[in-house]
Amino acid sequence: MAILLFAEHDNQSLSDQTAKALSAASLIGGDIDILIAGKNAGSVADAAAKLSGVRNVILAEGDTLEHRLAEPTAALIVNLSGDYDTILAPATTTGKNVLPRVAALLDVMQVSDVIEVVSPDTFKRPIYAGNAIETVQTTDATRILTIRTTSFAAATGDNAPAPIKTIDAGSDGTGLSTFLENILSKNDRPELGSAKIIVSGGRALGSAERFQEVMTPVADKLGAAIGASRAAVDAGYASNDLQVGQTGKVVAPDLYIACGISGAIQHLAGMKDSKIIVAINTDEDAPIFQVADYGIVGDLFDILPELERQL
Amino acid sequence: MKVLVPVKRVVDYNVKIRVKADGTGVDLANVKMSMNPFDEIAVEEAVRLKEAGKANEVVAVSIGPAQAQETLRTALAMGADRAILITVDGPIEPLSVAKLLKGVVADENPNLVILGKQAIDDDANQTGQMLSALLGWSQATFASELDLGDTTAKVTREVDGGLQAIEVTLPAIVTADLRLNEPRYASLPNIMKAKKKPLETRTPDDFGVTVSPRLRVIRVEEPAGRTAGIKVAGVTDLIEKLKAEAGVI
Ligand SMILES: Cc1cc2nc3c(=O)[nH]c(=O)nc-3n(C[C@H](O)[C@H](O)[C@H](O)COP(=O)(O)OP(=O)(O)OC[C@H]3O[C@@H](n4cnc5c(N)ncnc54)[C@H](O)[C@@H]3O)c2cc1C
Ligand SMILES: Nc1ncnc2c1ncn2[C@@H]1O[C@H](COP(=O)(O)O)[C@@H](O)[C@H]1O
Repeated sequence: MAILLFAEHDNQSLSDQTAKALSAASLIGGDIDILIAGKNAGSVADAAAKLSGVRNVILAEGDTLEHRLAEPTAALIVNLSGDYDTILAPATTTGKNVLPRVAALLDVMQVSDVIEVVSPDTFKRPIYAGNAIETVQTTDATRILTIRTTSFAAATGDNAPAPIKTIDAGSDGTGLSTFLENILSKNDRPELGSAKIIVSGGRALGSAERFQEVMTPVADKLGAAIGASRAAVDAGYASNDLQVGQTGKVVAPDLYIACGISGAIQHLAGMKDSKIIVAINTDEDAPIFQVADYGIVGDLFDILPELERQL
Repeated sequence: MKVLVPVKRVVDYNVKIRVKADGTGVDLANVKMSMNPFDEIAVEEAVRLKEAGKANEVVAVSIGPAQAQETLRTALAMGADRAILITVDGPIEPLSVAKLLKGVVADENPNLVILGKQAIDDDANQTGQMLSALLGWSQATFASELDLGDTTAKVTREVDGGLQAIEVTLPAIVTADLRLNEPRYASLPNIMKAKKKPLETRTPDDFGVTVSPRLRVIRVEEPAGRTAGIKVAGVTDLIEKLKAEAGVI
């Protein structure tokens, strides 16, 4: 049988999280089809068709799929499900919203946040904010998985294009909810999920202005993405999509610089797989130092400007 | 309007858990247990709806061991009106929880179910979506703002790129994200009052649901650990190390 990968995109470009989930799918083995649900998403389908190891791209377009609302999108996937024994998606907010709905409609227990494919029916996933890793074997006829993309390299994207099949968007599940608006934060920085370097700020930054003033120059010098702790987001210093942690983004850059972040379990859950961690904190006993490769005990308001000057 | 709030008893979020040496699971003996933090937020939201006159009854429900009564008493002390415990020993998967909750919904006929977005033990992030599917209701996950009307609700959701506003028709499922509200602490008088509020106990059999797991847990292990590195004297030293030793800049 075959694998269906539900793609992440914004109707214009294909997210590289899809290419990473595709690598997980390849490890499971079998023919892989990619589903693009959207509207005016032809360019996304073209990009997906070029990814290595794709059999077909299935393109479903319509008003109800433009924002991939859970109800119609899940209904669409359920209608396709008969041809597949594995259905997966990157563990993005869209994947997390839609796939459990598909799972329940198919009477299947989903495996969330797969970090390793042990065999086609056995997977590793983090539990307790990543403080334990469980290996689970599915017993359902269909396997439904979300993939933690930081654990997989992206599949390459310059292959001879796979065929694109257009299907009807369907009308099941429509009318239950309506899209109103996206309030997306604008920034021209690298995306957290794919950045090589992340400079991340915590409660110690003290205000949105100071967060901007102190963090941005360093991030600019390093070509880095900016991240934040929950405390910084809750206090309004940074926007919600910058939160790193158990319930925010999970990141694994080459370099993560934690500034004025104490290192709570929930924050570590989102960044402790970074290659190199640097911590800057006035408290030499802060738990963040237990995971940091390099620590500086000191005031970030002195250290960050100094860092910017010397870089 | 009636609001149902499922609350799970989990390891307290401050506890650093330990994996059992034999790889069979996490050691929960003598560990502090609390209400799942997202569920506290869900209870708070429901109670606020009642205080605002938009809801007239808040029912808390938990599926778990007898001790989950304590979790339900916490919900009652926060302002829920009554509670239902469905006793199940041992771990229970989101799909089974959703099936049991579907049964409770059939009995109770709420217009709104507010769940937490995820339980901090299994980190599954599934139950609300599954319940919504089983009921054929609308779903608004990861809510940071809820504006409840008579027949619809406007929900602002936390999504990867920022925020998304949607409107759902009632009855609906909402799952609470961290910034929906700040849950209150129950006052002592309210804790005393909660002891007298009704708490009814049921079993999965009452709902004709079998709770046998679909996922076989083969092993639970410690994650690859990180060891603490070194403290460097200052910025010059740091840059030198990042360039020469780590090669990341
Ligand atoms: C269910 C749940 C989910 C959660 N999910 C997340 C999540 O996804 N992500 C997340 O980050 N948190 C999450 N949290 C919150 C987490 O528990 C912590 O509260 C949070 O991470 C703390 O943020 P912080 O480190 O910025 O603040 P604090 O813990 O207050 O730490 C501030 C640090 O700054 C240092 N400091 C102060 N002044 C200076 C200075 N001038 N220079 C340098 N250092 C200074 C202090 O020594 C301190 O260590 C969650 C909590 C719960 C209950
Ligand atoms: N055993 C349970 N009892 C009551 N509610 C639960 C239970 N398990 C999960 N839930 C609800 O479902 C939400 C999501 O849980 P999960 O899908 O396990 O991450 C939780 O925040 C609770 O609101």
